[in-house]
Order: sequence, then C-alpha cells, then structure tokens
Amino acid sequence: MAEQSRLRAALRLVEGPQTIGRGPRFWAGFLVVLACACAYPMFADSYDVGNNVYFFNWLFMAMGLSLIWGYGGSLSFGQTAFFGVAGYCYGVLTINLGDAYGLTLLSLVLAVGFSAVFAAVLGYFLFFGRINGVFLGIVSLSVTLVLERFMAQTAGPQWAIGSARLNGFNGMGGMPSLTIPWPGGDIVLFPDLPLYYLTLALLVVVYLALRMLVNSRFGNVLVAIRENPQRAEMLGYDIRKFQLGGFVIGSALAGLSGVLYTSWGNYITPASMGMTAAALPIVWVAVGGRSDLTTTLVGTLAVLIVFQMLTIHGSQYALVVMGILLVLTVLVAPRGIVMGIVDAAGRLTRRKEVR
Amino acid sequence: MDIFNLIFSFLYQFGDAFAFLVLSACGLAVIFGMMGVINLAHGEFIMCGAYVSTSAVHAGLPLPLAIVAGAVAAGIAGMIVELLVIRPLYQRPLDTIVATWGISMIVTQGTLIVLGPSMQGVGTPFGSFTMGGYSYSVYRVILMIAAIGTLALLWLMFTRTRFGLLSRATIQVPHVAEAMGVNTNLIYSVTFGLGAGLAGLAGGLYAPTMTLVPTMGASFMVEAFVTVVVGGADIFLGTAPAAAILGVIKAALTGWQGQLAGQIGLLIAVIIVIRILPRGISGKILKERA
Repeated sequence: MAEQSRLRAALRLVEGPQTIGRGPRFWAGFLVVLACACAYPMFADSYDVGNNVYFFNWLFMAMGLSLIWGYGGSLSFGQTAFFGVAGYCYGVLTINLGDAYGLTLLSLVLAVGFSAVFAAVLGYFLFFGRINGVFLGIVSLSVTLVLERFMAQTAGPQWAIGSARLNGFNGMGGMPSLTIPWPGGDIVLFPDLPLYYLTLALLVVVYLALRMLVNSRFGNVLVAIRENPQRAEMLGYDIRKFQLGGFVIGSALAGLSGVLYTSWGNYITPASMGMTAAALPIVWVAVGGRSDLTTTLVGTLAVLIVFQMLTIHGSQYALVVMGILLVLTVLVAPRGIVMGIVDAAGRLTRRKEVR
Repeated sequence: MDIFNLIFSFLYQFGDAFAFLVLSACGLAVIFGMMGVINLAHGEFIMCGAYVSTSAVHAGLPLPLAIVAGAVAAGIAGMIVELLVIRPLYQRPLDTIVATWGISMIVTQGTLIVLGPSMQGVGTPFGSFTMGGYSYSVYRVILMIAAIGTLALLWLMFTRTRFGLLSRATIQVPHVAEAMGVNTNLIYSVTFGLGAGLAGLAGGLYAPTMTLVPTMGASFMVEAFVTVVVGGADIFLGTAPAAAILGVIKAALTGWQGQLAGQIGLLIAVIIVIRILPRGISGKILKERA
C-alpha cells in the first residue's frame, strides 16, 4: 500500500514547476503526437522510417545536454566525447562478443555505463575543483578534440582491441546491429520498423523519466544551483554532488545516443567527436530552448530536419546557416525559438486586450 | 659533448613548445582576463591572420610586413565582431561563448566555400643550422624570440601606456572606471581587437610552418585553452608561467612518445591542476598577495 502511494507520488512529478506543459490539454496533445508518431510508419516508406530513427538517435544527447546546461547551468561543450566513447565501446564489444544471446544488448548497457564512468571521473575533477562555467566548457571541449585526434591516428593493425580494428581516421565499421533474442529467430534491429518502435519507446520513457527527475527534489536543487550557486550552498546542499550527478546522467544519455547511432549505421568515426560535431548539439539545444525538456525536444527535431534538408539541397551552406541560427538565437531569443515564439504571441494577444 | 647536445635539443624543444603555447594563448588570455569572455572564434582569428599574411606574401610583401598585416586584419575583424555580437551580450558572459562558437562555424565553413579546401603556403624561410649532428630550424628560434617579444610588448603596453592604465582600471572595477570618465565600451572594443590581433599574429607567425586549411584554427585551440585554464585570468602572472610549465611537459612527452602524447599529457595535467588550483596560477598568486 505504501509502495503504491510512493509510486503515485513519483508519477505525479511528471508535471511540475520545472517543466512546461500540464493538465489534460497538454497530455492530450502529447498523446496525439505520440499516436501520430506510432502511425507514421504506415504512411511512409522504410527509407523515411529509418531516417527518422536517425533523428531520434540524437534526441537523447540533446535532452542530456538540456539537463546539464539548461537545468544545471553548467556549459558542457564536450558531450560528443561521451557519444564517441560509448559508440566505440559498443563497436569493440559487439565485434568481439558477437550478436548471439542478446549480447548486443549487454554491450549497449556496458557502453553506456562506460561513458557514465568516464563522465564521473572527468566530472569529479571539474566539479570538485569548483571551476566556473567558462572553464568547464573549454576543458570538456578540449577533451573531445583530443579524443578525436587520438582516435584519428589509430590506423594500422597495432591499434586493435581483440578482433576489433579501430581504423584511425576512416572509422570503425562492421559491428552488428542491436539484436533482440527471440524464440523462433532473433530480431535484428536494422533501421526499419522494429528499431523505429524501440527507439520511440525508449525516447518516451527517457522523456517522461527526465520530467520526473527535474521536478523531483534533485531537479529543484539543480535549478537552484543554476540560479545562484552560493545561495544553494548556504542552504546546505553540496552543490558539487548535484552538479556531478546531473553531468553523469546527461553524459550517459549522450552515450546512449552514441550506441544507438553506431548500431543504426554500423559505423562510427573520429569526426563524430570533432569541433563541428561538438557544435551541433549546442545549436540544437540553444535554438530549441535549453531550459525546458519539451522545447529542447521540439527544437532539436526541427533543427535536425532543417539541417538535413539544407545538407541535401545546398550542402556547403548548411553549417553557415547553423552558425547564423546560433548567433541570432543568442542575440534575439536567448530562451530559444520555441519560447521566443510563445513570448511574441503572448505579447501580441496582450496588446489586443489593451485595445 | 653528448650531454650538451641533449640539453640543447631539449631546450630547443621546450622553447618551441613554449613559443607555441604563449603565442596561441595570449590573444585568448587578453580577452578572457579583461572581459571574462572565452572567445571560441579564437581559432578563426588565427586562421584569418594566417590567410591574410600568406596572401600578402604571395602579393609580394616581405614576410615580416605580411605578418603585421595579418595581425592588423584579424584585429579589425575582431573589433567588428565585438561591435555586432559581443557588445549586446556583456550582461550574459556565458552566452557570449555560445555566440562566438556560432561565429566560428560561420567563418570556418564560409572560408571553405569562398577560398576552397586549402591555400598554397609559403614554405618555412631561413633554412636550418646544425648542432651536434642534428639540424634545427632557424625560423623556430625566431618564433621563440617573437613569443618573448610579444610578452614584453604586452607588458609595456599594460604598465606604461595610458591605454594600459585605463584598461586595468576597467578590469578592476568597471562601474567606478566609467564614473571617472573612462569610455569602458571603447576599452572593451580595443581589448577585443587586441586579443583578435594577437591571434592573427600567431596565425601569421605560424603560417609558413603549417598547411593552410579552413579548420587550421582548431589545431591551436587545445593548447590555447589549456594554457589559459592553467594560467588563470592574468597574462603575466598566469599565461607566461603556465606556458613555461606546460612547455616542459609537452616537450618531454613529445620527445618521448610523439606529438599526440604531448597533447594528451597537457590535457591530463590541466584536469589535475583544475582540481588543485581552480583559479589557475595567477589566481593562486594574487590570492596569496592579497
């Protein structure tokens, strides 16, 4: 009985002061969007479905960055480091272990766990050294740049872990996709229907879990630290532990993105940790509106789709447009485009009321 | 004699690493120390300096003048960026970092579109000299002298000129400086231009030794970042000693295991230093003095 009420209390945290959207109208909208997402594969060909999975893969990293940057106020510019580490880790594990008996799922868990441990070690030095936001950003960026350069020089047969060749600049390929053991034949998750539904389900679970997390005591303290670290500390919270906790969770989500991406394309390269790759999550999250999970999600998806369309139609200008978008967002709509539109609409309607 | 050669070789390696760290970091350090802004487009100002000075050499200008031209061009570009993007964001320093990253993306990709994937370099001048069976590049020695000269000039500028006085007043207490009639906006603008110009100088100086590609700025970034993080906010008490210490680490590791080991060593050193001295060397020194 007590457990049931505790569960209900936890579920109630899905709405709260730290997240936009509450009440039946929001959740009705949420269900409509979810239903559309579920029905989508019926109206699209399998290429588009696979391509959508590609978009979904990045959303985990974006939500993790929203937690670290938007809610926790720590600028981490090196989320791609955890993305790449987990991706390579998954590749090395699955090439060595194979895809039988659900070992790919074990590899997924291990790879995400490894990136979380890496984040914990790095975060220990950064947060327990009490460095301020600026330095956190540039140290994490340096980490991802050095990792990129390290992986780029691992060409040659001496760079192999077990039977997995790291392959330097060209990147590692040939790892098996995620495979679910099933009586009567394993289900291999190629970029098609089963993977689409699995990733969508994972996305919904992570989104709802993060909503509960940021509305819980932990999330409230994290926001308090963002607003005023000294005050949070004076109130008796060890801010270093909360920041580290947020950083590890967010980085593990970046790792999850890395694993899903590697499994999706059977491919991971050092460039996924480079300067450009590191900049893109910042663009998605800043443009979408970093201080809320829902706006991050919507904004990231929108920017990803626009970016892909630009890459197809005017490949070389895509990055320039992303840069301009980032600068304009910071200058004009610091809370992100979604909130910027909401604010502007609010201002318009208020003006009408005055008249 | 062998010992002497070994020592000379290590000193040369150290000087080379020191010069690279000082030159690539001082522009970033000036802007960070004065304005608390980390300029993520730093690498692109370096690239700008390198491209302009190389084009100037191709156009027939002698190398020293071309390098100055590169520095000036980067400085002017910096002042324009300050006016358009940085000035509206003074109240939100963390957003400035994100905005400068946007500029970095625009410039890198824009250069690739306009000028193509690479530019013809000019080749390292002055040849080499031999010492105990090993040959060393003369130009690298000139770079070491340039690094020390740059530090000396900056020191003179900040301690002996009116601009230096006003700018130091502006760092310490901006409101009071403003109340005393200092045009702080102008000071910030000139400082940002100075930082960008120093980045351009680094680009111009290193242009003859590197391949000119639009992403070349990124190869300076890690070194510049770690030096500024270890050094803290003050150029003379921070950047210079930090570059000296990191120079030893980098030279030793590079000599032992190669370029990449040097870089990884720098990064690990920085992460450990942050745990012990969160405000860098200059933060430590200034705290003890106060």
